[in-house]
Amino acid sequence: MGVKQMEAAELLSLNKFNVDEDEPHIELDKEICGQCVEKACLYVCPAVLYRLNKNDEISFDYAGCLECGTCRVMCKNKGIIKWLYPRGTFGVNFRYG
Amino acid sequence: MSAEEKFDVIIIGAGPAGSACAYILARAGKNVLMVERGSSPGSKNVTGGRLYTYALEMVEPGLYKQAPLQRRVVREQIMMLGENSAVNIDYVNYDFGEDVPQSYTVLRAPFDEWFANEAEKQGAFVASGILVDGLIEENGKIVGIKAGEDEMYADVVVAADGVNSFIAQKAGLRPDIPAHTLGIGVKEIIELPDEIIAARFNLQGDQGAAKVAIGCSDGIAGGAFIYTNKGSISLGLVLNPEQVGQKGRSIQEILQDFKMHPAILPLLEGGKTVEYGAHLVPEQGYQGVPSRLYRDGLLVVGDAAGFVINTGTIIRGIDLAIISGAAAANAILNSIEGTHAGPLYMEELQKLALLPTMKMFAGWHSIISIPRMYKEYPELANDVMRFMFTVDGQVPEKMSKAMMNIAKRHVAVKQMLGDGWKLFKSV
Repeated sequence: MGVKQMEAAELLSLNKFNVDEDEPHIELDKEICGQCVEKACLYVCPAVLYRLNKNDEISFDYAGCLECGTCRVMCKNKGIIKWLYPRGTFGVNFRYG
Repeated sequence: MSAEEKFDVIIIGAGPAGSACAYILARAGKNVLMVERGSSPGSKNVTGGRLYTYALEMVEPGLYKQAPLQRRVVREQIMMLGENSAVNIDYVNYDFGEDVPQSYTVLRAPFDEWFANEAEKQGAFVASGILVDGLIEENGKIVGIKAGEDEMYADVVVAADGVNSFIAQKAGLRPDIPAHTLGIGVKEIIELPDEIIAARFNLQGDQGAAKVAIGCSDGIAGGAFIYTNKGSISLGLVLNPEQVGQKGRSIQEILQDFKMHPAILPLLEGGKTVEYGAHLVPEQGYQGVPSRLYRDGLLVVGDAAGFVINTGTIIRGIDLAIISGAAAANAILNSIEGTHAGPLYMEELQKLALLPTMKMFAGWHSIISIPRMYKEYPELANDVMRFMFTVDGQVPEKMSKAMMNIAKRHVAVKQMLGDGWKLFKSV
């Protein structure tokens, strides 16, 4: 054991989340995302929740969201059609912060 | 809580700005409700970070002694990283740790929870786990908040809802934050025994170190930080999101590279990462403060108002949040049931030195925007050091010539003069 490079998924597994299974707090319009050239979300999301699938389409999972808001402010073509904070008590629960 | 209640003041967000405001208002006998979306105050918050103690002293002298603060910072370090080398500036000043120590490292989950609890002890109501959806407006005045089915009313609403401040946006005080005014902060908390932290950072007892680093961001505007806590180290980066997007490299990857840098890894070795956090930072300083911080019935404080100062060596946010929360509280107390609290709030921000200080540092943002600060100049510093410490049995170049060659290799003379002039003008 020791300090090593870690993948995003491994880092996120250390955090405490209370995922709101009923209501995603971020939603995308895949059609708009399909036309976006920059796709900054792939790089700026600290949790690396935006990825390209086999067909080069954006796939996104809100479950590991750290609620920073970077994807929203960087979204050029407004493919992110909904960005709200998770409902009260849901989402990430930082124990250190 | 009944569907309709009237308070003197409702505060949205139980961060340091909200809790400072709630504490002072409740202490003065006001009927205060502070609403927090996290299941407990602090559970949504992330800092680098440190707290400059004067701000807590302004709320209540001696209060900091009970706060769950980490280490009192006596060591200030600046690091310029090369690929396989580093130039370190290590400034230690034990005066910083005397009397009321100047600053402490801090973790926000325990700190914010404690501070909200102190406000509660003064008589404020803290309602956690409730997301405020919007404001209630009557005849152009903000008169309350909506949270789900509930409506709650107050003479004044204080938006202490952080950097994204949807409340200030909904009130029409500002548009959504432009990306170029922000930094994305990412951070790992790495657990290490206190005696190892003390040995590696040359500390004793509860002394702490704060380190900022440049030259570790793949040329992207921004830098790294390391803060020593009790039993852990906070290690992270704050980078310009637009440049991260243009670079096409994940910020998470850049953080991992920083962690593995040969000058950083030995500080962390044997440690265990226990949390990964991220947060936006309003990075533009004075220019980033919205032109209007209030409306009738609404005051905007803390990160929501863009109150952050970053000079490269001094990074202030939590203290300014606390001061702005105190300013809002004073303004409300000086007003008659909140009427015209807005202009009084602006006066308090002047009186408590917040806006004048931000104005003083207003030019510093343009230094941060010199692109060569993040790659060329740190590399140059490392090459100068390499020349000064290299012995290889050959006749070395003449010093003056070597320095000129090193400088030219990284930055054109014209550019360097331009940057020097910019630096001079900005500060």
